Amino acid sequence: MAQAAIELIGINKSFGAVRANRDINLEIGRGTIHGIVGENGAGKSTLMSILYGFYQADSGEIRVGGQPASIKTPNDAIALGIGMVHQHFMLVDNFTVLENVILGAESDALLKKSIAKARSELERLEREYGLEVDPDAIIEELPVGLQQRVEILKALYRGAEILILDEPTGVLTPAEADHLFRILRQLKDQGKTVVLITHKLREIMAITDTVSVMRQGTMVATRETAKTTVEELAELMVGRRVLLRVEKGEAAAGAVKLAVKNLTVRDTRGVTMVDDISFDIRAGEIVGIAGVAGNGQSELLEAISGIRRAVSGSVMLDGKPIDLTGAADPGELRDRGLAHVPEDRHHVGLVLAFEENENSILGYHDDPRYLRGPFLNIDAIRNDAKDKITKYDIRPADCRLKTANFSGGNQQKIVLAREMEQDPGVLIVGQPTRGVDVGAIEFIHKRLIAMRDQGKAVLVVSVELDEIRSLSDRILVMFAGRIVGERGPEATEGELGLLMAGIEHQEAAE
Amino acid sequence: MSTPYAKLPAWADYGLIPLINLFVAFVVAGFVVLLVGENPLRAAVILVEGAFGKGTGIAFTLFYATTFIFTGLSVAVAAHCGLFNIGTEGQAYIAGLGIAIVCLSFDSTLPWWLTFPLAIIAAAAVGALWALIPAYLQAKRGSHIVITTIMFNFIAASIMVYLLVGPLKPAASQAPQTRNFLAGAELPKLNWIIELFGAKIRSAPLNVTFLLALVMAFLVWLLIWRTKLGYEMRTYGHSPKAARYAGISETRIIITAMMISGGLAGMMALNPVMGDQHNVAIDFVSGAGFVGIAVALMGRLHPVGIVLAAILFGMLYQGGAELAFEMPAISRDMIVIIQGLVILFAGALEHMFRPYIQALFASFSPRSVGMEAVKGKGA
Repeated sequence: MAQAAIELIGINKSFGAVRANRDINLEIGRGTIHGIVGENGAGKSTLMSILYGFYQADSGEIRVGGQPASIKTPNDAIALGIGMVHQHFMLVDNFTVLENVILGAESDALLKKSIAKARSELERLEREYGLEVDPDAIIEELPVGLQQRVEILKALYRGAEILILDEPTGVLTPAEADHLFRILRQLKDQGKTVVLITHKLREIMAITDTVSVMRQGTMVATRETAKTTVEELAELMVGRRVLLRVEKGEAAAGAVKLAVKNLTVRDTRGVTMVDDISFDIRAGEIVGIAGVAGNGQSELLEAISGIRRAVSGSVMLDGKPIDLTGAADPGELRDRGLAHVPEDRHHVGLVLAFEENENSILGYHDDPRYLRGPFLNIDAIRNDAKDKITKYDIRPADCRLKTANFSGGNQQKIVLAREMEQDPGVLIVGQPTRGVDVGAIEFIHKRLIAMRDQGKAVLVVSVELDEIRSLSDRILVMFAGRIVGERGPEATEGELGLLMAGIEHQEAAE
Repeated sequence: MSTPYAKLPAWADYGLIPLINLFVAFVVAGFVVLLVGENPLRAAVILVEGAFGKGTGIAFTLFYATTFIFTGLSVAVAAHCGLFNIGTEGQAYIAGLGIAIVCLSFDSTLPWWLTFPLAIIAAAAVGALWALIPAYLQAKRGSHIVITTIMFNFIAASIMVYLLVGPLKPAASQAPQTRNFLAGAELPKLNWIIELFGAKIRSAPLNVTFLLALVMAFLVWLLIWRTKLGYEMRTYGHSPKAARYAGISETRIIITAMMISGGLAGMMALNPVMGDQHNVAIDFVSGAGFVGIAVALMGRLHPVGIVLAAILFGMLYQGGAELAFEMPAISRDMIVIIQGLVILFAGALEHMFRPYIQALFASFSPRSVGMEAVKGKGA
């Protein structure tokens, strides 16, 4: 291995009683791309926050370029040449690229000089790394991929030699992700060190030189990427063997359960987000909607589930019309057998401050099973919740525990258990495994397939292309509020990626 | 990235932390007392003795507490639905009108035990109606409930002043108040309960409304945690989006919660009007609605906490009056400072000491802070 850019020795960090990092040792070689993988809550972000000076380790040593370093604030980290690109961008939306780049690094009381200096510096960075961005563009007018590039430029402008990227591809199209990887390779060729935090194993395989795996606060292994496999990494992450590919039989599609015709939905600003969309879902099939986040999938889900009013269009549920443009509310749709697992389980699908059993009736609290006159039938509710906890292996198995104290995967299981156990005819699911750990993903996918095999119509919306491809019997691709193509599950990633980017690809279609 | 937020055992959460906050408030208040040249320890003794030392003091403390239980419950019910009802003051004030109509109509013909239920209904109805308009504006027009309820306090005050210097005032009287009620609208005192314990009471206004307040505290608990309506209110209060998802009508839940809140606020008027003064006078609420906000916050929006917090504030009122009497350097305004400090530490700075106490608990007994639960267990 090349000389170490960063060495972490015996890092420990606890939050109250929770040990987020314990005895972490890590060596990152200079001029390499080093991946760090692990499930949610494995301690990756905590470790990087310690390195970037957001937190301080309880014990342990950090060495940068062989020298012991004391990193107390992000400014210390920047001074040592460490830059960070956050998962959620830290940009001022109504500033230009240049203004964002110099923000916090202004060299003078008047901006003119700083801006001139930044402009020439940006030109140099653009030449050296292929980081093309219009310096005078306003951030909010740039696509997400370019915004991320501005974040990278910000770090390089501050003299970063070591660049940490936290889940950088979550918001990117496959093409944008590829471009990012090209940039990262170029940075590496120029001698920069890149640390990539992700839970997407394929990215790790595609771009990193070495990879470290974290599990439950400990560093369980470091491997040379060329000498490991996706399966081995997944097993290291979870601590047991996992099925990455869902096994499922042929779909036996039956009658049309949900027919959507010419549906148009606008968001609160009046922008048309779903533009004249039509599709059917049959009993016994899973229809997947692929697309980059923000192309109208969320609004489509909200409209079909009655949360958001549609502007126009007609929808038939079991052959009978429902009025999504006016009267229909989520309660009525639920009564008619349409269950909905929303994308945002923290604010929509669950009330985090509630006990688990209270959430297990959310939306079904009108059901006489859970009531005694105007009163809640507490015993019935808790027993029902306990049954679901057993059936869906929700952990910890405590129906009185506050929902916020469950992990992401278990929270999602609470929602799924609630919706699936109502035995709906149609199940629509937004981002079934967002923020869910690998072990729970497998479980959730199996459940969805089981629903299909029981003859339910299932609609899955996900920004994870892999998930769409492995679950769906038919794939619809959304771009700019329209369905731009329908493919079978055998469609290649490249083909879907082009559709997702809005590029009509005739050869692929034929 | 999530910051683990360890939870504390319930007794620490609901008992220890409020006590520490209270203690700090009194320490700071002690410095203020020191500043005006009095002995803070002696002041504390006078305060506590004034409130609990004699039978009369206890009765006064509980009389004030009755008022605060109603306003505290009123604020809490709205808060559980995510609504900040600052209009408790006005809702209670205008409810005096409903009580006046009932009492002035029936006090010569009906006994108190028939007038009282009618007055309860009238007070609750008028308070609820006064809350209905801001609730409707919030639900249908998005007018912020904080702004509208504040404005409705002023409107209520203006209406009451007009009525009390005009239509409701006996012709020959010079005082801005109704005529005094007859025996049929005077509530029985409860002082005999305290006398059962051997204390002597000269004259104190503690009356049956205190029992009504305790019943209401229980009913509010039942409503919030045991009924479907309460479940819907809490859902909306925590997350309007989740409520929408669950098919809960925003308009219906906002209006219902605010009317219950207004009704409870209205019932507060029974205590001073029928239990003490036996007339409706100008400014009889005198800030109790705003104290209700502090009571509700300090009581953690739980009826048991609210009753305890109301008794604490009753103590500050009663003991404070004694203190102002015994120590001339400490004026009535000083008492307001002490109350303000209690509100500051118990309400606004509620979580100031929480991290330290959590760390303390974590180091002594990791299990007690729910380490198992917080540690994200992979499924």
